[in-house]
Amino acid sequence: MPQRHDLVERLRPLVRWETGLFVALLVIVFMGTQASDQFLTKGNLFNLCLSIGEVAIMTLPLTLIVITGEIDLSVASILGLASAMLGYLVKDGWPMWQCFVVVILLGAAAGIFNATLITRLGLPALAVTIGTLTLYRGLAVVILGPNIVSNFPTTYTNIGVNGFGGTFLSWSVAFFLVLAVIFGVVLHLTPFGRSLFVMGANKDAALYAGFRVRRIKFLLFVLSGVICAFAGILYTFQLSTAVQDNGLGLELNVVAIVLLGGVSIFGGKGSILGVVLAVFVYAALQNALFLTSFPQRAFGIVTGCLLLISVLVPNAGSFARRAREALRRRGARAAHPVVESN
Amino acid sequence: MTPGGRVPQARLVLSLQHASKTFGAVRALQDVSLDLFAGEAHALVGENGAGKSTLVKILAGVYRPDEGVLVVDGRGVFLDNPADARDAGIAIIYQEPLLFPDLTVEENIYIGRQPLTTGRRIDRRAMRRHVEEVFGRLGVRLDPGRIARGLSIAEQQIVEIGKALSLDARVIVMDEPTAALSAVEVARLFGVVQSLRAGGTAVLFISHRLEEVFELCQRVTVLRDGRWVTSGPLADMTSDGLVRAMVGRDLLEREPEEQSIGDTVLRVERLTREGVFTDISFDVKAGEIVALAGLVGAGRSEVATAIFGIDRYDAGAVTVNGRRLRRASPTAAMSAGIGLVPEDRRQQGLVMDMSIARNIALASMRSLRRLGMISGGAERRFAKDWALRLQLKYGRLSDPADSLSGGNQQKVVLAKWLARRPSLLIVDEPTRGIDVGTKAEVHRLLDVLAAEGVAVLMISSELPEVLHVADRILVMREGRIVTELAHTDASEEAIVAAATGQLREEAA
Amino acid sequence: MNAAADSVRRTPVVGRLSSGRLIDLAYRARAFGILAALAVLIVVTSAIQPRFLSGNEVNIVLGNTTILALLSLGEAMVVITRNVDLSVGSVLGLAAYASGNIFGHLHGMSTGTSIVIAFLVGIGVGSACGVLNGALVTIGQVPSLVVTLATLYIIRGIDIWIIGGGQVVASSLPDAFFELSLKSFYNVPYLALAVGAVVCVGAYHMRSFRSGRDLYAIGSNPQAARLVGIPTGRRVFTAFVVSGALAGVAGVLWASKYGTLDSTAGTGYELSVIAAVVIGGVAIFGGSGSVIGAALGALLLNTILAALYVVGVSPFWTQAISGALILVAISIDRVITLQLTSALRRRRVRAAAA
Repeated sequence: MPQRHDLVERLRPLVRWETGLFVALLVIVFMGTQASDQFLTKGNLFNLCLSIGEVAIMTLPLTLIVITGEIDLSVASILGLASAMLGYLVKDGWPMWQCFVVVILLGAAAGIFNATLITRLGLPALAVTIGTLTLYRGLAVVILGPNIVSNFPTTYTNIGVNGFGGTFLSWSVAFFLVLAVIFGVVLHLTPFGRSLFVMGANKDAALYAGFRVRRIKFLLFVLSGVICAFAGILYTFQLSTAVQDNGLGLELNVVAIVLLGGVSIFGGKGSILGVVLAVFVYAALQNALFLTSFPQRAFGIVTGCLLLISVLVPNAGSFARRAREALRRRGARAAHPVVESN
Repeated sequence: MTPGGRVPQARLVLSLQHASKTFGAVRALQDVSLDLFAGEAHALVGENGAGKSTLVKILAGVYRPDEGVLVVDGRGVFLDNPADARDAGIAIIYQEPLLFPDLTVEENIYIGRQPLTTGRRIDRRAMRRHVEEVFGRLGVRLDPGRIARGLSIAEQQIVEIGKALSLDARVIVMDEPTAALSAVEVARLFGVVQSLRAGGTAVLFISHRLEEVFELCQRVTVLRDGRWVTSGPLADMTSDGLVRAMVGRDLLEREPEEQSIGDTVLRVERLTREGVFTDISFDVKAGEIVALAGLVGAGRSEVATAIFGIDRYDAGAVTVNGRRLRRASPTAAMSAGIGLVPEDRRQQGLVMDMSIARNIALASMRSLRRLGMISGGAERRFAKDWALRLQLKYGRLSDPADSLSGGNQQKVVLAKWLARRPSLLIVDEPTRGIDVGTKAEVHRLLDVLAAEGVAVLMISSELPEVLHVADRILVMREGRIVTELAHTDASEEAIVAAATGQLREEAA
Repeated sequence: MNAAADSVRRTPVVGRLSSGRLIDLAYRARAFGILAALAVLIVVTSAIQPRFLSGNEVNIVLGNTTILALLSLGEAMVVITRNVDLSVGSVLGLAAYASGNIFGHLHGMSTGTSIVIAFLVGIGVGSACGVLNGALVTIGQVPSLVVTLATLYIIRGIDIWIIGGGQVVASSLPDAFFELSLKSFYNVPYLALAVGAVVCVGAYHMRSFRSGRDLYAIGSNPQAARLVGIPTGRRVFTAFVVSGALAGVAGVLWASKYGTLDSTAGTGYELSVIAAVVIGGVAIFGGSGSVIGAALGALLLNTILAALYVVGVSPFWTQAISGALILVAISIDRVITLQLTSALRRRRVRAAAA
């Protein structure tokens, strides 16, 4: 008997959100191979990577932000803004490295703007980033207008054609994996990372433990801006096109993947591993469905359902508990009315 | 104002009989009885931990007593939730009223049950009339049409009282209502209570301020350590007698210890924060335990958070080990060697969902770093060491802090700060809500710390604790330090006298 | 007795304005602020470009505003309860298609009846989506941001799936249907008047009925609302259903206005709705604001965009300016609140010290 109990105890840590995602990934991959024998080919996997790379990169800083209890909906607009600026500068004949510097600085500026409104003025992050999402998208339109820029040097646009080192991994996914490792180490293995969880779980306790909450949140929004700008550069090269609505609507994908990865919308909980698995689950699912000629633009149904599942499942336990409580109280009330007659 | 006598042949409105309530190992209430008559203002007094708030929560329907019955207007009632208490005619006015800041005063009172006219429309004129009538009965002037946001605490209380009255409350319980009020507002509140009494409502008045108790109430019930001590007319009691009833126990003798008091660690000079505390000056030396005593609302915790940098201050200076401490920066305070065990351990001291190990290591992560990283194993080893030192009782170090008893939770918070080897430790209500055994352990711990040369600033509302542990006692009242007592001169009566002061000499 | 009354009389009233009046003014100023901004905007723009005051221009602006105002009404109700409904754009698109499509299935019915049925279809689709949102938020206890983000996706996806690459062609719709949007009374579209009436009804409900006031209470202090016995679940659920139903009606109006409908109808529209609501003074944190304010916010937003267009600002700036307006609106709110609270605190301290 004690032996069985011991075994259960040891297996317990494995039954986590990440395990569920891993299982889901295996199931989807299996279904994919059944749906089409193209699924595991190098060409298809490369396409899969291309479709997910930038979104994946954007999930990383957003994960940190959501863990601290905030939100940043402007991520894809910063991507679009960066893409537009890159197109504009290239069209204008700027040397590429200067373009990179300006674009990254632009991303930082966008992040600083978000950060200032949220941490200095104390405005709610949801409202602010809805505003800046519109503003930055609008600025992208202003910068590029109706123009479409596609004369990017092939050394760069190559990333949309060939994988990293000749493998099926796209450059964007390769960058994502490297960044994921860095973010993972920082979040889970450094004091800084720990402080993010504390800030999300209990803001007062964070203050009383000496964490500089405002400064850290400021930094996270700036980081988000920089990384999204970088993703914008990759996106542009991959498509070999800069157009005013690059990345339109992607922010919802990014949020969906982060929540699917087990990061709590309330803050204080989550893991990079979960988000990475969620990225691959999402990408695999999207790809598998694409191969079965599911209407691609209707994939939103799947994204939406995944989002709902990922927040309903954690609530299932407490929902059952609350239902039982309500029934118990109703039974108790039947036995003891509030006021008994004498 | 003379206290009115009890109206002869007054009706018994509420009777709590032989109520008991236990939480785990802590017996919050044991065989407590309380009778309230119509038209009386009845005081409920007792120290921290005497059981007053548990009693209030039972009346409020938040807790159900393990034993005992509640009789209202001659009928037994079972209160399952706050709505039941409301239906039974009991209203509670909390220190921090729960109002709707965006609604008007009259809507706050009548939300969900506004008077209706034809077609189920809200009858605003009737609502205004009702509210004006209620306020008239209470003798206050408050604009029913103004928005609740920005009302002072005193005005918010009045709105809550108005709401209670409009619900035909027969019993209104006021929990430390005067803690945050100015003298003027207190006078107005007393007028309101008189009006309530004249209308036949019974008022249960919970307060630490004894001069207010004598001024306002007719009868008093004293609780001590969860038990009923005495009830009776205030006319038959003296202030000393009341204090003795609240306190009367064998005071723990403190073993005279060889204390080596060292240099000044903390020096606070003329610290002022407008409206909160004024001209606070004191120092704490290494090896000393200085207690900051006083009533709730005297401003003690605010002084502590100002020193630690969580809150700002407007004037004055804080010096630690000879160096000026930057204001409003907890990071600077921590670097200077200060630790703060806060008043609210659940909300400020711990992250309840986080593991015990991580909570303990939370303030020491820098020192556990290797190559910029910190491992779960290092945290666990660190936490285990400190858990052992403090004799922490826990299941596993990976369990959430929520799973611990109050006393052990407090030990976790202490461990977190002790692990930083502070030169000044500020503890705010170190043993609030903790069982007797752990209380003693915490006191011993503070003694050991002092012996090791740490300077300790303790804020406490529990007089035996203050007397037992402190070398020097500073008593605060309404934002100022009014007196300083050495351990040898101190007594509970002296502290209470200083904390409650004379009847307000300041012109109202 | 009256020591209490005495003490009240003796309490100094600092400054000429009592604290209560100060706050009331600050909040009521918002509605007037919008009207004032509108007036200034019209005056300035027509000075630069007289064409702005032409009947045609007024007609266009009002026409554009009807749909946005209808959506803002529903969204305001939801936001006041401290929630948000991001799915309105998708609901609009689906309802637009459904109502446009229905005409193809109604052979041999009089035009009037078929139009009525189209409206019913739109309301039905919208309400169903509202029920879905409401149930997930209240029963599922999922934050409305996440719920409506998900349903935004799901409903749009369903829309795309059904429509595929097809579309509803204008020629398949009866002329009478189009005329709904076109008929005007001295350059004021009938629809604008109708929507205005609906907004007034909504405002009346929010002001004079318990269920309306409950919404404010829920947004102002959800915890207290529950403690006081307000049926928070039911109220929030209803708010979402109403928001969905109104989005459904807006969809029908969209179909009437544009005729040709494909799967992109209404995409991204939710951002304009949020902008209108925020500009109109509804606090994103709930508890305050008015539906009339939200409708005026819609009007102001459209007027600003029209003014910019007329003055010659490139339409490319439209989106950026919308975003900037949202940010300005919430910043102003915040600054005012901060100033108010510190002014009140200083007064209280002075009064206590006196």
